[in-house]
Amino acid sequence: MAAILELEGITKRFPGILANDHINLALEEGEIHALLGENGAGKTTLMNILYGLYSPDEGRILIRGQDSHIRSPGDAIRAGIGMVHQHFMLIPVFTVTENVMLGDESTTFGGVLDHNTVAKRILEISSAYNLEVDPSARVSALAVGVQQRVEIIKLLYREASILIFDEPTSVLTPQEADQLFRIMRSLAESGKSIIFITHKLREVLEVADRITVIRQGRVIGTTTPREADMNKLASMMVGRDVILEIAKAKAKPAGVTLKVQNLKVLSDRNTMAVNGVNFEVSAGEVLGIAGVQGNGQTELVEALTGLRHPVEGRVELLGKEIGRGTPRQITELGSAHVPEDRQRDGLVLSYPVTDNLVLNTYYLAPFAKGVVLQPKVIEQHAEELIEAFDIRTPSSLVNVGTLSGGNQQKVIVARELSRPIKLLIAAQPTRGLDVGSIEYIHSRVIQKRDEGVAVLLVSTELDEVLQLSDRVAVMYRGQIVDVLPIEEATKERVGLLMAGIHPESQAA
Amino acid sequence: MSDAKTEAKQAKPSAVGVFFDELRGSSLLIPVLAIVSGLLLGGLIVAVTSKSFYEVWSTSPLQAIGNGLKAAWESYVTLFAGAFGKPSKIIDAIQGGDALEIRRAFNPLFESLVKSIPYMFAGLAVSLGFRAGVFNIGVEGQIFMGGIFSVWVGYTFKGLPPIIHIPFAFLAGALGGALWGFIPGLLKAKTGGHEVINTIMMNYIAYRLTDWLLREPMKRPGSTNPISPIIEDSAKLPQFFENPIRFHLGFFIALAVAALVYWFLFKTRWGFDLRTVGANPRAARYAGMNIVTGTIMAMSLSGALAGMAGANELLGVNHNLSQTFSPGYGFDSIALALLGRTHPVGVILSALLFGFLRNGAVRMQASAGIPIDIISVMQAFILAFIAAPAIVRTIYRLKEPKKAEAEFHVRGWGGS
Repeated sequence: MAAILELEGITKRFPGILANDHINLALEEGEIHALLGENGAGKTTLMNILYGLYSPDEGRILIRGQDSHIRSPGDAIRAGIGMVHQHFMLIPVFTVTENVMLGDESTTFGGVLDHNTVAKRILEISSAYNLEVDPSARVSALAVGVQQRVEIIKLLYREASILIFDEPTSVLTPQEADQLFRIMRSLAESGKSIIFITHKLREVLEVADRITVIRQGRVIGTTTPREADMNKLASMMVGRDVILEIAKAKAKPAGVTLKVQNLKVLSDRNTMAVNGVNFEVSAGEVLGIAGVQGNGQTELVEALTGLRHPVEGRVELLGKEIGRGTPRQITELGSAHVPEDRQRDGLVLSYPVTDNLVLNTYYLAPFAKGVVLQPKVIEQHAEELIEAFDIRTPSSLVNVGTLSGGNQQKVIVARELSRPIKLLIAAQPTRGLDVGSIEYIHSRVIQKRDEGVAVLLVSTELDEVLQLSDRVAVMYRGQIVDVLPIEEATKERVGLLMAGIHPESQAA
Repeated sequence: MSDAKTEAKQAKPSAVGVFFDELRGSSLLIPVLAIVSGLLLGGLIVAVTSKSFYEVWSTSPLQAIGNGLKAAWESYVTLFAGAFGKPSKIIDAIQGGDALEIRRAFNPLFESLVKSIPYMFAGLAVSLGFRAGVFNIGVEGQIFMGGIFSVWVGYTFKGLPPIIHIPFAFLAGALGGALWGFIPGLLKAKTGGHEVINTIMMNYIAYRLTDWLLREPMKRPGSTNPISPIIEDSAKLPQFFENPIRFHLGFFIALAVAALVYWFLFKTRWGFDLRTVGANPRAARYAGMNIVTGTIMAMSLSGALAGMAGANELLGVNHNLSQTFSPGYGFDSIALALLGRTHPVGVILSALLFGFLRNGAVRMQASAGIPIDIISVMQAFILAFIAAPAIVRTIYRLKEPKKAEAEFHVRGWGGS
């Protein structure tokens, strides 16, 4: 097989970091080539170079053996390179046809848009590659998985032969992901070449023909699924041996800590985001809430932490009603919250690590005496937590915004777990983090569980939920469709529930 | 000895130190270059608009350029002399030994300081608002309210000792300003009404209120002009020298208030609340802070500082209220606060700059015939350069600050 795309010695420097360090990569025609690496390893930079958004400082790009200068996305598209972005670039109020023709409108005489020809072409493409979609449907009405198909069709419509998928499964249910993998396979079989960017080991082994691992801007090696296994890939990715499965004893649940009854919460758009949810979390157990992003998890967590008031229902923390409580009251009752969006909610990026570590306790002794803050005590406290939670920072006085994502998250975890707490609400606690940080945060969560803290884990990463939870609740369209003990929570079963398919109701 | 050394090393960073650290982090060069560019462009405009330039231009462009540069140079020389005093005059006066002449020679310098005091208060007002995430455009109106309150206390109460009358009148001014800040603060916190719109409206109300008060209830008996009675001597801020030097206690009050604002913002939990609400309101809410009270408090305190600017002018310089006692301190102070990076130390330095420019410009107008408005033009340039650092960076080919931008682009393209 001939290489359709070759990257030779690609180097890209940003002030202070070498994002890509002489990267060589050869993509063969008709293969699925996985680019595996942690966040910040340089995958995205490399793809942005390939897509013409950055120009490399050194190195060259060869397409079908020809030296190619790609200076803009326009050049990339003309060279047959297409990218399925992690965040879809679709206009929700437009139809599929309109979205596909956007930027490449075909017109009849006099500049009138030629919908019919485009729609016909879409149908041809979709039947050729198993990409089922209705050209006249409005994008906003489509499921996320189908929207992604529209993105793929857009590329095929522009006759791309090299397709880049950037973390394509992060918004999909396991079933939708399987379907995507089938589509990717059929694309590859019909001669398209695919670069698949991901940090998920399982997916790589499932779908890729070859795997290139990148770490700290350098290619660590290229392997195949046959030669590699999860542990080998993980250690290539991280640079050391990694414990993928966290060892944990069986939970010893004690009394009920958090009790939620018939909770109803409105979203920002005034739709019923949480629609009559009931569950309990006991001291010493982890209740995981699985679900595809956007099924009411965000609003649920906000209601439990006082950031959003429920319209109906009860929330009891240790027997106290907190549904109308303020965040501070709830925090003072012993609730800790690792927020979903750490940079938006959990940290003040322009503050030093010290201040962020006392963000919700700064007003209490010993951090404040009367109204006067005690910088020495706050700094001392920070030094201790930096040590205890292995936060990598040049000093406790640098701004939190300059730390890596993993270390930012450690600052939050350190702040929340170092207090005497009864309940931990962790929303997406490891999103976008490197393997090392994930491992560390998981072990800390389990440690808290074993100390008798009730843990509510909300995550869209099914693997994470299954790994940490003692019971798994699945949320779909604002409701908890089922709660399973971990022994019964298989990936398949939970995956179906995440898509709203309830086995019993199916049978009925 | 060695103890003293280690102690010095561990000494807490001073207010000034923190300010310069913050500047260094974001590049100290930008404000300095903004000022330099503003002065240069101001000079260019003086050159181009001088008669000796445009009248000669059509016949001899070269000579016109020479004339223009000469005009610009002369006007800056008079500006400088107006702001600091003429060195030759100072030396002569000291050698002459006549006390009045010495005071006259030093007067420009002290007058510049006097002019900078209202800028200090008003700049602190804007800065405190910025730090708490509110954009107080209503400083001008709050200055008027501060003036009204302090003047009323100043002329109404008679027979009080200065030690009571001065603080009473001064704090009344602060209260007037605070009230004028509290209202838009309350509107923002409770109804979401934007403080920019509401403070602008409050400015108009304050002007017209002043108008009415000076024509009716607060009018000076027997005067035909809209002007208030003169305040009691016991309410006047003490001056340190005899005529003509007007340098008064307000200068030191301003420095003390700046120190207090610094302490409040950076050393107390209230300041922590305000700064967090300003830096990231969502995180502030998450951390259990009350955004509603934070916003109201920030606007009220900002208003109080602005009110002090009004009180200072009337108790220290004017001694009676008129419609024209503020030449737009409230609006200039927005630029000033930005130039000072909304830090109390920066505000003091920028206020001094503005005071010296303004005072020098008066002399420049008198002796070189350059309109005082050129200073406003220069301030506008400086503000534009501060607000858009990219311009300064492009002109002087400075490097991008740190890697913030690069990171932003990387983040914008996913990697989750």
